[in-house]
Amino acid sequence: MFTDIFSPESLAEAWEIIRTQFPMALWETFYVTVLATAFAILIGLPLGVLLVVGEKGGIRPIPRWIMAVINFIINVLRSVPFLILMILVFPLTRLIIGTTVGTVASIVPLVIAAFPFVARLVESCLREVNPNLIEMAQSTGATPFQIIYKVMIPESWPSLISNFTVAITTILGYSAMSGIIGGGGLGKIAINYGYYRYKYLVMFLAVILLIILVQIFQSVGTKLAVKTDKRLKNQAK
Amino acid sequence: MIEIKNLTKTFNTADGTVEALRNVSLSIPDGDIFGIIGMSGAGKSTLVRCINMLERPTEGTVEVDGVDLGSLSAKELRAKRHDITMIFQGFNLLMQKNCLKNVCFPLELQGMKGAEAKKRAIELLDIVGLADKAKAYPAQLSGGQQQRVAIARALTTQPKVLLCDEATSALDPNTTNSILELIKEINARMGITVVVITHQMSVVESICKHVAILDGGEVVEQGEVSEVFAHPKSQAARNLVFPEGEDSSLNVGNAGEHFIRVVYNGAYAAGKPMIARLAIDKGIEANISYASTKGISGKAFGTILLSISGDDQAVRDTIEYLTTEPGIEAEEVKVHVH
Ligand SMILES: Nc1ncnc2c1ncn2[C@@H]1O[C@H](COP(=O)(O)OP(=O)(O)O)[C@@H](O)[C@H]1O
Ligand SMILES: [Mg+2]
Repeated sequence: MFTDIFSPESLAEAWEIIRTQFPMALWETFYVTVLATAFAILIGLPLGVLLVVGEKGGIRPIPRWIMAVINFIINVLRSVPFLILMILVFPLTRLIIGTTVGTVASIVPLVIAAFPFVARLVESCLREVNPNLIEMAQSTGATPFQIIYKVMIPESWPSLISNFTVAITTILGYSAMSGIIGGGGLGKIAINYGYYRYKYLVMFLAVILLIILVQIFQSVGTKLAVKTDKRLKNQAK
Repeated sequence: MIEIKNLTKTFNTADGTVEALRNVSLSIPDGDIFGIIGMSGAGKSTLVRCINMLERPTEGTVEVDGVDLGSLSAKELRAKRHDITMIFQGFNLLMQKNCLKNVCFPLELQGMKGAEAKKRAIELLDIVGLADKAKAYPAQLSGGQQQRVAIARALTTQPKVLLCDEATSALDPNTTNSILELIKEINARMGITVVVITHQMSVVESICKHVAILDGGEVVEQGEVSEVFAHPKSQAARNLVFPEGEDSSLNVGNAGEHFIRVVYNGAYAAGKPMIARLAIDKGIEANISYASTKGISGKAFGTILLSISGDDQAVRDTIEYLTTEPGIEAEEVKVHVH
C-alpha cells in the first residue's frame, strides 16, 4: 500500500492538500493548544494551590470533606480516557460554545481533561517548596495569601514552568486526538486523509508537524525554566 | 521584657504524645542577649517557636512587654511578628529573589511601597556590610553572607526582639565569630533584645549575658553566664561546660592523693603562677590533673583539678590559700582512680 506514495500524481495531490489546508490546520492546532493550556492553568493552578494549603497541617486548612471531594473529582476526571471524556462533556460543550463540533468546541473537553492534570502538577511543584521558607514567612507576619503569592508560587516558578511545558505538550497530543470527533487542526487532517482516504504522505507530514510543534514548545519551556531559575550560580543575567 | 510562664508544649504524634517543653519559666530582660542552650532534641526550637507563637503553647503563657501573645487574634499576632523577628540555621532566604528583594520582603508584607522600602533595605544591607551584593542572588553568596542578608531582613521592621535559632550552627568558626560580632553590635547599637538558641557553649560564652540550660524540655539551670559556667550544678550544665567529660579523662596519680577542684569565677588570676607560689609559700606540691578554663571579657572562668599529696591539713591549707584570691573558689573532691 506504500508503493505509490511517492508517485508523481500522489505527490502533486499531497502538495495541493498541504498548500491549501496545512497553514490553517497548523494555526488551529496551535491556538487550540495554547488556549486550552491557558484555561487549564487558570483552573488548575488555584486548585493545585488549594490541594497543598488546604490540607491538614497546611497554611490554610479547609474542611476535610471538601478536600476529599476535590481529590475525588480530580481522580475521576483523570481516569476517564480522553475520547470518552469528549463525548461525556458534549452537553457542557454545547452549553458553553453552542455546538459540539469544530475547532473552538474542542477546547472545552481539552480543558476539562487537562485542568485536573495541571492541578496535580502544580500540587507536586508546591510541595517541593522548602517548608523552612514558609515558616520564615509566617514568622515575618505573612498572611496565608501572601505566603502563596509571595513565597510558594515565586519560589517554585521555574519548576512550574517546566511542568506547564509538560502540560502543553500533552494537551497538544490530546488536541490532535480531538480531530477524530469534530475537532480541527493537524489531527483532523491526519485522520481524514490518512485513515479515511489512505493519503499516507499527508498523514506523515501532519505527524511530523505535530512532532516539530512539540519540540518547539518543549525547548522554549525548558529554556525559560532554566533562565528564570536563580538558584543556578554564575548564570548570565 | 519577655516573660515565659509555666510553658508546656506537648505534641500528639502517631506514636503517642511527646512532651517537648515542661513547665518552662523564663524572664528575658529588655536589651539582653539571652542564650538558651541544650543538646539536640532538648526543646530549644520548640521554645523559640513558642515565643513568636509559631507554635501554640499547650499550657502557660508568653508575654512580651506585658502583652499575652496567646490572647491575640491572628491579625494582631501577625502585626506583633514585625516586632519579634527571627533568623534561622538555614538562613531561609527566598532563592528566586535577589538580596535587596529579600530584605524588602517584610516591608512588602506590610504594604510599604517600592522606593521607601528599597531605601530602608539598602541602609540595612549597608549595616551588615553587603551593600554591594544588593543585586546578587542568595545562591551566589557564601553561608555567612546569606546569614547577613537574613539579619538585615530581620531588622527591616525595626523589631524589639530578635530570635536566633541555631543561627551560626551551619557556619565555620571564623564566620560564626563574625556573625556573633554583628549580632552583638546590633544589640548594642539598636538595643534589640536578642534570644540566642544554640547547642554550642562557645556561642553563649562569646555573646550572652544570661543563659538558660534546657534539658529534656525543662530549664535545669539559668542565670548569668559567668555564674552558670563557674558553678554548673546540673548534669546537663556540666556536660555542656565540660564536653570532653569532666572526670573521666583525668590523669590521675597515686591512690591516696587528694583532689581539689579550683573554680575560676571571673578571677584575674589565670596568669599568675599559682602552683609555683603554693609550693614556695606553703611547701605544698600540686599537680594539674585537669584544666578547662576560658577567658571571657578578660576574666577567667572554668575549672582546674589539682592533685596534691599530703594530709588533710595540706588540703585545708591549699583551699584557704587559693580562696584568698578574689574570684577563685576551691573544694575537695573525690575522684575515682582507674
Ligand atoms: N511538630 C512536632 N511534632 C512532633 N514532635 C515534635 C515536633 N516538633 C518538635 N518535636 C519533638 O520535640 C522535641 C524537641 O524538639 P526541638 O524543639 O526541635 O529540639 P531542639 O531544637 O532543641 O533540637 C523533640 O523530641 C522533637 O522530636
Ligand atoms: Mg532546633
